[in-house]
Amino acid sequence: MQHFLRKTVAVFESLGDRSLDSFERLGRSTLFLVRVFKSIPFVFLRPWLLIQQLYSVGVLTIVIVLVAGTFVGMVLGLQGYNILVRFNSESSLGTMVGLTLVRELGPVVTALLFAGRAGSALTAELGLMKTTEQFSALEMMAVDPFKRVIAPRFLAGFLSMPMLAAIFSAVGIYGGYYVGVYLLGVDDGAYWAQMQKSVDFHEDFMNGVWKTVVFGFVATWIALFEGYDSVPTSEGIGRATTQSVVNASLAVLGLNFILTALMLETS
Amino acid sequence: MKSPLVEITKLSFNRGSRIIFNNVNLDIERGKITAIMGPSGTGKTTLLKLISAQLEPTVGSIMVDGQNIHGLDQEELFEMRKRMGMLFQSGALLTDLDVFDNVAYPLREHTRLDERMIRYLVLIKLHAVGLRGAAQLMPSELSGGMLRRVALARAIVLDPMMILYDEPFSGQDPISMGVLMKLIKTMNDNLGLTSIIVSHDVNEVSAIADYIYIISDGQIMDQGTPAELEETASEWAKQFLKGLPDGPVHFHYPALDYAIDLFEIS
Amino acid sequence: MTRQILEIWVGVFVAAGIAALFMLAMKVSNLSTVSTGDTYEITARFDNIGGLSIRSPVKASGVLVGRVSNIKYDKDYSVAVVTMSIQNRFDSFSIDSRASIYTAGLLGEQYIELVPGIEDNYLEDGSDVVMADSALILENLIGRFISEIISK
Repeated sequence: MQHFLRKTVAVFESLGDRSLDSFERLGRSTLFLVRVFKSIPFVFLRPWLLIQQLYSVGVLTIVIVLVAGTFVGMVLGLQGYNILVRFNSESSLGTMVGLTLVRELGPVVTALLFAGRAGSALTAELGLMKTTEQFSALEMMAVDPFKRVIAPRFLAGFLSMPMLAAIFSAVGIYGGYYVGVYLLGVDDGAYWAQMQKSVDFHEDFMNGVWKTVVFGFVATWIALFEGYDSVPTSEGIGRATTQSVVNASLAVLGLNFILTALMLETS
Repeated sequence: MKSPLVEITKLSFNRGSRIIFNNVNLDIERGKITAIMGPSGTGKTTLLKLISAQLEPTVGSIMVDGQNIHGLDQEELFEMRKRMGMLFQSGALLTDLDVFDNVAYPLREHTRLDERMIRYLVLIKLHAVGLRGAAQLMPSELSGGMLRRVALARAIVLDPMMILYDEPFSGQDPISMGVLMKLIKTMNDNLGLTSIIVSHDVNEVSAIADYIYIISDGQIMDQGTPAELEETASEWAKQFLKGLPDGPVHFHYPALDYAIDLFEIS
Repeated sequence: MTRQILEIWVGVFVAAGIAALFMLAMKVSNLSTVSTGDTYEITARFDNIGGLSIRSPVKASGVLVGRVSNIKYDKDYSVAVVTMSIQNRFDSFSIDSRASIYTAGLLGEQYIELVPGIEDNYLEDGSDVVMADSALILENLIGRFISEIISK
């Protein structure tokens, strides 16, 4: 009996411990974000810092986004055609490919790829800088690492995401076009006309863009915080990198549901 | 008699419930090499971080050049840090810049010198540490000893009044150990610096330090010039300085009696 | 990697991103077909609006002239009041125009078709379209059809 009691107490203890831990992390990550925001104006004085990060965050992610976007678009073309042809409405293929990419798959899949490629790299880089005392060294050189290191990376991630998602959707639409029009014989004009008729600028395109803005913000924030907050050992960096990808992906998928619900509500 | 550059009074520092320092008083004289020694895990590096205000003390004050370093705001602190150099254990060079740019970094951040002047200053400092030929290498291409020398060049590029060395000799081969010893000594004498070395390499430190503090368990166990310590050191300090396996610090971690433990007699 | 090459790559990336955004806005979405010009509003009362919703198209002879901007239920008369925003350049709908709710295809979206009448006075902002035909509800048609067969 006493044994059972002790076990129960232990369960509650670890639960409480973990809750407190996550609360503390939430607080620290918020403070982190505040410091990042305060440092952002500095980046505009040093555009070269931003350009470097746009390269490592944006340019290096382009290839994977191009390849993934093309294949996703082609699969949409193939699947969409096979579903629509049952209702004799394969001319609506453009609508289906366009809406799916612009509203959902473009923002979400790009954000997941972004978290896996750019986010993990950011986390590992910051983790390594922490392990090798580079943050302390900057502090000792009277340089604020938030201004020099973190804010440019944040801004680069935030700016890259919408562009990457747009590239993803654009090549996806051409991928679907290739499969639908060239391989399966959907009418060329119908593909574009049907798409243009039913993809609304505000309701579909702009809502998609807003999603990418939110995802870029959250994924970059999580990646940078995990790196900055990592335990400064090689094991710690590994764990932080995994955490960064997992947390960013889950946050993106969860937020996607919330954002979609909100957007459908107001339309 | 000049006032000390760093005056630490009644310093206490806790990490959680662990006491790292307990009521420590310590002075660092100007223009001298002062060594702070002690076993691993006694918070020697923590002391450097307290002096450079990367950490806040729980109680007590640290005066650097007459100013309470923990009472400064961000801007004043950064002004003060421009006059301090710190050599980290790993060198802590910025991995995305080459050797030249690493050394030039503080100049580019804090001065408005033109490129020609920066090049001139950087090459002088790199020459002083013997690595002018390595200017175009990336940090990943350097050995551990070379990393520390580049970091030293970077630490002195703004001509500071004081340099803090964090374990400069650990993990070095005898040659680079000798190089670093010579550099620390000549830098200190020629540039009129004040040096604080945190280390547990007894022989190297004794050879170059002007004054030594030995700390353990959050307190100063002994202090004096190397010669004084040789003669008057306590039993504990003697064991530490000579590296004896047994003495006041026992070889065995506190445990039950061997026989009782072994045969599980309760 | 020299500074110049890096800058070129970033330039290419930004240009590609903006081009993709532009392409999605102009070629994929209906931004190019939506004129953002000024509109005037007219209302019509329908017994039943079927599946009509806000932003449903308003057409004349099949040409998009405006969109449904508001739908209300008038409980005094038990009818739906539909407000339509018509673009200013289509300002020649006579006051005896007829508004009908149609369905694009058998199962497609519903829209309002405006058919001008013969009067010389035109609808203005705030005007009411007097003649309004309700939506054809497929279930009602089938129900009527069946009851006719049975009663025969």
